[in-house]
Amino acid sequence: MTLKDVKEILEADVLVGNDQLDKPVKTAFAADLMSDVLAFAKPEAMLLTGLTNPQVVRTADILDITAIIMVRGKKPTEETVKLAEELKIPILSTKYILFETSGRLHARGIKGCIEKVGGET
Amino acid sequence: MGVTLNFEKSFEVEGGSFQNAGNVSGQIKGILKDLGVSTDIVRRIAIICYESEINIVSYAKRGTITLSVTDEAVKIEAKDEGPGIPDIELAMQEGYSTASPAVREMGFGAGMGLANMKKYSDHLIITSELGVGTNVRMTVMNFQKILHPDLPQITL
Repeated sequence: MTLKDVKEILEADVLVGNDQLDKPVKTAFAADLMSDVLAFAKPEAMLLTGLTNPQVVRTADILDITAIIMVRGKKPTEETVKLAEELKIPILSTKYILFETSGRLHARGIKGCIEKVGGET
Repeated sequence: MGVTLNFEKSFEVEGGSFQNAGNVSGQIKGILKDLGVSTDIVRRIAIICYESEINIVSYAKRGTITLSVTDEAVKIEAKDEGPGIPDIELAMQEGYSTASPAVREMGFGAGMGLANMKKYSDHLIITSELGVGTNVRMTVMNFQKILHPDLPQITL
């Protein structure tokens, strides 16, 4: 699957990174807590979140996240968009809530970064 | 047997400046990539550095983050002028937090920071003095060391 497929499945708007829609995606991590993302997300995963501040982009950059999917119709702040453009991290915005977004992607073959905690490194 | 210092640099971090939080970590990540450090180590250092930076921004007046790279290890020292940690053991527990609502709004302050710093480093030492500040020293051993565990261990 590519980011373009994700855009279609989630009926999402591409806010940053229209030129990167051919990027392949296989995994995702969903959280509104960036420390959880730092603890468990793996490189090249998508980050599904309802947060919109620049720290979401910083966290994505630190972890080499492929794209940020903002859920429940959230729009990023102006400085978040600016930072994402600078760091070349795509942002998509969907009106689906986090649970529905995760479910729709999972049903189409996107896996979580981890299935449950304990034992992972 | 000596340890060769390949790179060392200190970065200032301003307390309360949420706008710039993550800037230093991004710079350090870039430096490590340029130095040819392996991807896994770059990632681990980037995470512990980012958590350290968020901690300084969230709790302290100011701080410094120092990066040292040797053949043996990559080290991060995060030193701040802040309130200090009254009970380090308690602070290390996942879920324990004294963060403000502003920090929580950003997606931090859930008591995972120090736990993450411990998780991603091979060695972590915290010293803290109330009313003076906190010093966190973290070491990630270089990849070569992991590939050759029989090499003599050097305390850095």
